[in-house]
Amino acid sequence: MTGGRVVVRRGPVSLRVDLRVALALAAVSAGVLAALVASVSVGEFGIPIGDVVATLAGAGDQATEFIVLDLRLPRALVAVLSGAALGLAGAIFQAATRNPLVSPDVIGVSGGAAVAAVAVIVFSSTASAVAVPLAALAGAIAAGAGLYALAWRGGVDGLRLVLVGIGVAALAQAGVWYVMTQGRIFEVAEAYLWLIGSVNGRGWEHVWPLAATLAVLAPAIVATGRRLDALALGDDLARSLGVAVERSRLLLLATAVVLTAVAVAATGPIGFVAFVAPHLARRMRPGVSAQGLLPLAAGCGALLVVISDLAGRLAFAPTELPVGIVTSVLAAPYFLVLLRRASRVGVAG
Amino acid sequence: MSASPLQARELTVGYDGRVVVDGLSLEIPRGLITVVVGANGCGKSTLLRALARLLKPRAGAVLLDGREIDRLPSKEVAKRLGLLPQSPSAPDGMTVEDLVARGRYPHQGLFRQWSERDEAAVEAALAATETTELRARPIDELSGGQRQRVWIAMTLAQETELLLLDEPTTFLDLAHQIDVLELLDGLVAERGRTVVMVLHDINQACRYADHLVAMCGGRIHAAGPPADVVDAAFIRDVFGLEAEVIEDPVTGTPLCLPTTTSRRTTTRC
Repeated sequence: MTGGRVVVRRGPVSLRVDLRVALALAAVSAGVLAALVASVSVGEFGIPIGDVVATLAGAGDQATEFIVLDLRLPRALVAVLSGAALGLAGAIFQAATRNPLVSPDVIGVSGGAAVAAVAVIVFSSTASAVAVPLAALAGAIAAGAGLYALAWRGGVDGLRLVLVGIGVAALAQAGVWYVMTQGRIFEVAEAYLWLIGSVNGRGWEHVWPLAATLAVLAPAIVATGRRLDALALGDDLARSLGVAVERSRLLLLATAVVLTAVAVAATGPIGFVAFVAPHLARRMRPGVSAQGLLPLAAGCGALLVVISDLAGRLAFAPTELPVGIVTSVLAAPYFLVLLRRASRVGVAG
Repeated sequence: MSASPLQARELTVGYDGRVVVDGLSLEIPRGLITVVVGANGCGKSTLLRALARLLKPRAGAVLLDGREIDRLPSKEVAKRLGLLPQSPSAPDGMTVEDLVARGRYPHQGLFRQWSERDEAAVEAALAATETTELRARPIDELSGGQRQRVWIAMTLAQETELLLLDEPTTFLDLAHQIDVLELLDGLVAERGRTVVMVLHDINQACRYADHLVAMCGGRIHAAGPPADVVDAAFIRDVFGLEAEVIEDPVTGTPLCLPTTTSRRTTTRC
């Protein structure tokens, strides 16, 4: 076989592994791990990498243990997991709509979360640490369901979904502005901060929902990645290859909405990650199949958020920049490069 | 098992409020090439899409080996019937080999992703379409003719008895058109496949069709071997064109030579 592939066949089981994808995945995973350790090590109170590793292995002193396990590790893990969830969601949205410019931010799923969360922050007298994420979760899912229902016309066409999504996003933005005009300055300031997206002060209670969602959904998504590959050929071919197109697309979009919702609930809407991560993944291995693209996009998303968070903490220390600002600053020029390339070759992505 | 692998029974299909195929019955003969011809908007592509169960009938049914196609599991249908739509597009950067391998989808599962049979089918499809040397090239770098051969290879890798193609020669130059048609002709002759395709060129249709189906206003105007159905009256009725029909000096099939150059007469449909 060409292209550096290894075929594994045992009885009824047969798999084909693209070595370059496996290599890229290993590199990204190593990068995420390194960034994670660095993120735990660096801070106002620096902890040598050796001590970080020792503490993670359960052999650190009490003070280090507190900083590592209670403060920095959950924050870093929230960055990794939310980045992975956004990367996966972006890859699914782009593949299922056959549009490389789509992301949950563009089609209003993050916007739905934003309206609900901001409304809770501004209007509720007791905006608890539980109410805001729950509102964000519900808002994103409601926006996703509304989007699908509005785009439905005996089936959901990729382009119509995007156009309706842009409408949903505009509506959500209007909702956010309305809420902002109704609030008092302290609550509005807090709402703004939430809207930027941050992992500051996130604890284990934020890690678990993300970890559980990914643990359940990620393997299922990668397993059904083949359907995305068939859908990538267009609805007609996918159907003639035996894919139940509408059902598969609904399932995939629903998973992407849930992934986005859970990520946004934990961190607020961190911009551009879901959009850029799949592009980075495709850069590493052009023409990669969905089964390779999905884990790669998850890894790129994770890497992007952890590194951005680290950069945000270091750039103007001791003042911290919320991670959402850094991802936007990093992603904007990349977006321009992408558009330049797209206008040169005639296609985006 | 009925003699015809694919049949339409009183089939009515339409989009939104409009009926495009109207109570049409048709039997596709096994192991032959059936070509569907007709003027623009006569419903030929719609018929092909309905036969490939891409469109749900409003009334009537499509029967695959005598059983209603909409009641069969979609993967089962995909193992027996392949379709090449009019202008398919592949994701950016995808290689020839990867695209052809996608044709194996209905034969694969979660744990059976690349069996020896998958590999053999892809190799055979590449060889049959003479695209083996192109295997590592990205699709977007190929010429139109090469690309069409690769798409046909993908549907061949699907290993279906029936192959439906919607205007497989559009956008190709004459040499590549003949290439594609010869390839399909060989598949039928050597491998016993059944091919159904929509063609625009009536002379090519006459050359390659064993069974010609002419459509007119969503119904079948005439069907049968080209030599039996194509004459001047046929061309006038189906295409609204005055023409002389002679015997093709190369193949002996009907050859249509339009006589009017400026004014079209009105079609009967």
